[in-house]
Amino acid sequence: MFEVIAARWQQGHRTTKYPDGPAPPMPDRFRGRLVIDVAKCTDGCRTCLQACPTAAVSLTDKLRIDLGRCLFCAECVAACPQQAITHTNEYRLAAGRRADLVVGHDDRDLHLAAAMDAKLMKLFGRSLKLRQVSAGGCNACEADVNVLGTVGWDLGRFGIQMVASPRHADGLLITGAVSRNMELALRKTYDAVAGPKIVIAVGACAISGGPYIGHDQVLGGGDAVVPVDLYIPGCPPHPLTILDGLLRLLGRIESGERLLR
Amino acid sequence: MIREFAEPAAFTNGRSIATDSIPVLTLEVFQTAILDAVAQGQRVAAMFGAAGARSEAIELYVILADDGENSLGAARTTIASDAFPSLTPRCPQVHLFEREIAEQFGLCPTGHPWLKPVRFRRSWTRRDAWNRAPEQAIVPGVSDFYRVDGEEIHEVAVGPVHAGVIEPGHFRFQCHGEQVFHLEIALGYQHRGVEEAMIGGPTARSIHYAETLAGDTTIAHATAYCQAVEALANCQKTARAQALRGVALELERLANHVGDLGALAGDVGFLPTASYCGRIRGDFLNMTALLCGSRFGRGMVRPGGVAFDVDDARVADLLKRLDAAEKDTAIAVNLLWDTPSVMARFEDIGPLPRQIAADLGIVGPAARASGLARDVRRDQPSGIFRFAQIPVSTYETGDVFARAYIRWLEIQQSGEFIRGQLAAIPSGAVRVPVPAMAPNHLVVALDEGWRGEVCHVAITDGEGRFGRYKVVDPSFHNWTGLAYVLRNQQISDFPVCNKSFNLSYCGHDL
Repeated sequence: MFEVIAARWQQGHRTTKYPDGPAPPMPDRFRGRLVIDVAKCTDGCRTCLQACPTAAVSLTDKLRIDLGRCLFCAECVAACPQQAITHTNEYRLAAGRRADLVVGHDDRDLHLAAAMDAKLMKLFGRSLKLRQVSAGGCNACEADVNVLGTVGWDLGRFGIQMVASPRHADGLLITGAVSRNMELALRKTYDAVAGPKIVIAVGACAISGGPYIGHDQVLGGGDAVVPVDLYIPGCPPHPLTILDGLLRLLGRIESGERLLR
Repeated sequence: MIREFAEPAAFTNGRSIATDSIPVLTLEVFQTAILDAVAQGQRVAAMFGAAGARSEAIELYVILADDGENSLGAARTTIASDAFPSLTPRCPQVHLFEREIAEQFGLCPTGHPWLKPVRFRRSWTRRDAWNRAPEQAIVPGVSDFYRVDGEEIHEVAVGPVHAGVIEPGHFRFQCHGEQVFHLEIALGYQHRGVEEAMIGGPTARSIHYAETLAGDTTIAHATAYCQAVEALANCQKTARAQALRGVALELERLANHVGDLGALAGDVGFLPTASYCGRIRGDFLNMTALLCGSRFGRGMVRPGGVAFDVDDARVADLLKRLDAAEKDTAIAVNLLWDTPSVMARFEDIGPLPRQIAADLGIVGPAARASGLARDVRRDQPSGIFRFAQIPVSTYETGDVFARAYIRWLEIQQSGEFIRGQLAAIPSGAVRVPVPAMAPNHLVVALDEGWRGEVCHVAITDGEGRFGRYKVVDPSFHNWTGLAYVLRNQQISDFPVCNKSFNLSYCGHDL
């Protein structure tokens, strides 16, 4: 008994003060949001396109990066002879519309997710219960969603909770590329959630298929089966990226806030 | 003297051999060679089919691990028909390999006692081992399940979507009241087709497939993949790169073992250790992020070495964090062994006897907790582990307590190993160029991931591309161990038994 009390004393209070205090610092080698410098991409050499494992980088009229397909591996950064693409330490990446994840070279702003509408906010703003569905990924996204439940992050203080049954849930949090073998289970789980309901796609797999884009065995993300309201990019996303997305959806972080270099 | 021709080709972990040097045995000699090797204490690290180079016939390969001799053996045979006699009745550890061969190539292992699909997908050939029509839908989990009949017997079905934030799988319990007579586990829900996508590689995606075979085992799988590529390309990586791979591998073990001990505490309702270890696991993940920017080690291990170097300041920062996290871990974990209500739920629960573990081919901490001194780092050493040995921890009881306690012993040793490596890290580059891979060669790359033996087998075609790429995650061996230990347990002890193995669904499903 005394050991338990002594251990409690020693371990201390470790819950992050974020969002009331500063966000925990990102590691210096963290690969966050990618930025394209238009002035440096002059000859359209397409080296970055060849380096990208998931065709997240595209060049039609201009160079664009789809953060929904991006594995944040930085191969494009290393490949570019002009150093036109750089990784920033920016962890805020969540968007409400799929198209907003495609960032262009003269459009440096990423339109981050806005808060839910007034009706949903009234229902879910102070209590959001989510049923997690893992559907054809690698379990890293699941692991860093789970981390938000630890004492270090304490997701419960925002009224957000992962629940055991879709009948208890206000929405789904999907991870994985949605394998053919999970399609039916995902559909049934979605149907079992009472409306109105929201769907959150966490990680490159759940947004686009990630490393498995184009495989016969996967459908290529959550919105192949159900409508998605929030996209949180990463492979896997940092816990802070996931938390930032959830808090934006709940209007706990200034909506409409834009990323500036 | 015919025996000489019946011997599998001998080689070692991470050394490629010409495919031609692997003897093509008759099926009978092939199977006898496996039985003889297993009778002498060897293990079947992998057994798989591959499209024959010269004909339509499928070749079966076996990779045998002779842990006592620190060597591997490879043999193959050609299956000309649609069936072959199953080896499973005489060698239980090949049971899932034979089911996989049946599913992937449509070859029927005649006499297999429980021939069901592994991942619920169509075969890679036009054959189907279950004679299903091409238009017939394959629905995961829809198949026969082992059933116990009786008036008071009931069946409990769980999954694929579980109550927690975990991967999908289907569990069928045959129960008499609280008592479990039998558990059958049906997987395949995470199947994303990685093995066939590797064929024709390496491509820009290959390393990412390796890193996401099982996301919590990114370093071990990426290392095995890189060792395979490097061996086929005859690429000599530097001692510094090998040391950093070793450090990253042990950090991965630390994070997962600490997380598992916390989760075990949570499953028996002991919240202090559950809370502390949940957080401390993150401290270890953040140390991996200090090395490479990713908490899961994404981007760290690359063919030719590692993508990130360390300087003195980073080493000092890492060591400081390691000291603090280890201190927190010791205090949090030692509460478990001193708390009677925890020990009552750990001891004698879910025992896996040593002989059963050996028969089933169990690997990793689960094997060591049952008294089997099996550890790739010692038995089939590669990379830094050829120079720096980590003592193998074993325990005798094979119960939940043993599987928990083994993790605690290994946590302490991994910390010591990292300190030793960082104190005397060799100088040099961390990454060297990788030449083209040799055509028509085979390599086996083994690593001791935190769950056990990670096995990658690569066979190159005539152009030096992957003609076959076989992955065996430790979970592939160990799921049957979990099913076994539930026998005669209370169903309410399933969560703690499950967590004591903590197996990967995606690593199994590929």
